Amino acid sequence: MRHIISILMENEAGALSRVAGLFSARGYNIESLCVAPTHDESLSRLTLVTSGDEQVIEQIVKQLNKLIDVVKVQDMADTAHIERELMLVKLQAFDAVREEVYRLADIFRGQIIDVTESSYTVQLVGPGNKLDAFIDALGSIPVVEIVRSGALGISRGPRGMLIPEV
Amino acid sequence: MELSGGEILVECLKSEGVDTVFGYPGGAVLHIYDALYQQEQVNHVLVRHEQGAVHMADGYARATGKPGVVLVTSGPGATNAVTGIATAHMDSIPLVVFTGQVHSALIGNDAFQEVDNVGITRPCVKHNFMVKDVSEMAETIKKAFYVATTGRPGPVVVDIPKDVTDPKVKIPFEYPEKVAMRSYQPTEKGHSGQIRKAVDLIVNAERPMIYTGGGVVLGRAGDELTHFTQKLGYPITQTLMGLGAYPSSDKQHLGMLGMHGTYEANMGMHHCDVLIAIGARFDDRVTGDLSKFCPHAKIVHVDIDPSSISKNVVVDVPIVGAVKSVLTEMIELINQAGGAKKTKELEAWWDQIEQWRGMKCLDYKWSDEIIKPQYVVQKLWEVTKGDAFVTSDVGQHQMWAAQYYGFNKPHRWINSGGLGTMGFGLPAALGAKWAYPDEEVACITGEGSIQMCIQELSTALQYNLPVKIVSLNNGYLGMVRQWQEFFYSGRYAMSYMESLPDFVKLAESYGHVGMRIEKPSDVEGALKEAFAMKDRLVFMDFQTDPEENVYPMVPAGAGLNEMILV
Repeated sequence: MRHIISILMENEAGALSRVAGLFSARGYNIESLCVAPTHDESLSRLTLVTSGDEQVIEQIVKQLNKLIDVVKVQDMADTAHIERELMLVKLQAFDAVREEVYRLADIFRGQIIDVTESSYTVQLVGPGNKLDAFIDALGSIPVVEIVRSGALGISRGPRGMLIPEV
Repeated sequence: MELSGGEILVECLKSEGVDTVFGYPGGAVLHIYDALYQQEQVNHVLVRHEQGAVHMADGYARATGKPGVVLVTSGPGATNAVTGIATAHMDSIPLVVFTGQVHSALIGNDAFQEVDNVGITRPCVKHNFMVKDVSEMAETIKKAFYVATTGRPGPVVVDIPKDVTDPKVKIPFEYPEKVAMRSYQPTEKGHSGQIRKAVDLIVNAERPMIYTGGGVVLGRAGDELTHFTQKLGYPITQTLMGLGAYPSSDKQHLGMLGMHGTYEANMGMHHCDVLIAIGARFDDRVTGDLSKFCPHAKIVHVDIDPSSISKNVVVDVPIVGAVKSVLTEMIELINQAGGAKKTKELEAWWDQIEQWRGMKCLDYKWSDEIIKPQYVVQKLWEVTKGDAFVTSDVGQHQMWAAQYYGFNKPHRWINSGGLGTMGFGLPAALGAKWAYPDEEVACITGEGSIQMCIQELSTALQYNLPVKIVSLNNGYLGMVRQWQEFFYSGRYAMSYMESLPDFVKLAESYGHVGMRIEKPSDVEGALKEAFAMKDRLVFMDFQTDPEENVYPMVPAGAGLNEMILV
């Protein structure tokens, strides 16, 4: 099963490579991985999407927790959560296709953020499966390139990830 | 007090109570060596190869329970240390390894003797640090010792660029008294509800089995384990890493389990109804085929590392906590419950175990002509009264040492169980001897393994470390040959070593005593003579049966009940 795992790490050099190294050394899948600073300068937040059966996911969470720089790990599947991903799609768009892309972007609540005589670039936000659906809906429209941010997750409700006290 | 980075490092070692650093100098660590030179409290043992330094610190750590400390230079100094670091990591041995690094301004420039130490060691350390500024030195070292020695112990590497130890840059020094890390707070105390659940299962077991590992030795819980086991009156088996935590000579002890474990231990595992796993990690050499492992058992698992639990085998009652603390709580609850139920089933279980024990799976064929390696280990036990520190290398001799030297105390059996590092035995023995100069230290090895770190014979002379080397020389890489005999129709690919050195002369040229022993009738006399030479390192080159195999054996991929007995 697909899981979104959120990780708060000490904002140290090499933090990302510890996580990436763990996944490659132990043969776990990474579908996507996204890292950025948070409102707390001392932390960085990694969101990764992985898949595996219950036992594998349990090991992944445990092994992540074992990394000395990891402050907190949360498997988003354990809680009500929102998933979002950003996708930018550059398409070849001539003549009638321009109209079609425009309509599709509208249906998926996307925006056209760059226009040339021969192309459109569409920006789309949503859970991964919505982005997949948009790509499917493009049908025969030629894609020049696609760039996706990888999924982000955040829990619903008023609480955030709890940082353990020292 | 204003100190340079090098001086701060040395002061930190003093504050940590470090008496010895095992190391080898080089360009990037010259400032640190200069600081070491100008004081007398912290000793330095100069090895002949950095791998030897790490194994020596490792042997010291395993013998004493204190962290071992290593200092090596950048580049090849650090890469040579990697095998030792990985060895310690697999066996959860607390080490703090200082590696030199090129000047900060040169990092990433492919400078002379530059490698990415933090990157190279990342997968084989508990944690690693780079000290980027002298102001971070003291706190980083404090953290390094804290991480290495708490929770599930392990090696920590501290990488130090040369400019950070510049003697011209001095800053005020104060060693932090405490360290707290929000991201690292190991669990010591087990969950009391889980402990209660476990005890309930344990006292009502009909066919119980206690299975313990290196965690009991590392957690210094030998006394608690002994008390727990004897209170219950249950059979116990120990892993390769756990030997000695419970006295091997006791009748409740069924010997080691696993690939070369005893018949009674493995059959006991296979047929038990409650398995009590303590500080053990269900390694593949222990479990055999996982699908056939303990098919009838409810499993209790106590371990300080949550990731060890349900990694290979899904357990029924997991308890995360320090073995010592959990056992203490369990003993109290067992006392409250009035001990184990003395049932007919339990009695029948012991009868069954005695029947398995009656197979005498460790018996071997005696020969008047040729020395049997098992016999050498048995005689070593007699001559040392079963009380020596025994290190080993890796292969057949390691298994014979584990099978035939009945360890009755923890910390006495020192071997590379996880990584299986040939070359470990001699430097580890020197580390143990350094820690306990008045104790007997023997290194059981073979002619293959001993040559992987033979250069440390020179270190042994320099620091007067008179260990006794018991080499079971069968002219083959024995374990490789055994597998080739069993599984490759006797095609002995590259497992035969031609042109072995004359080990007697080799020992002598290093300034030690060499002996070559060829007849079974000379074994005991040679051992006695060697151990009588208290202040000399003696290299005993026993010419043993080249075709002897380690039995019993669970072939790879088989279940524990599918042993080859002879």
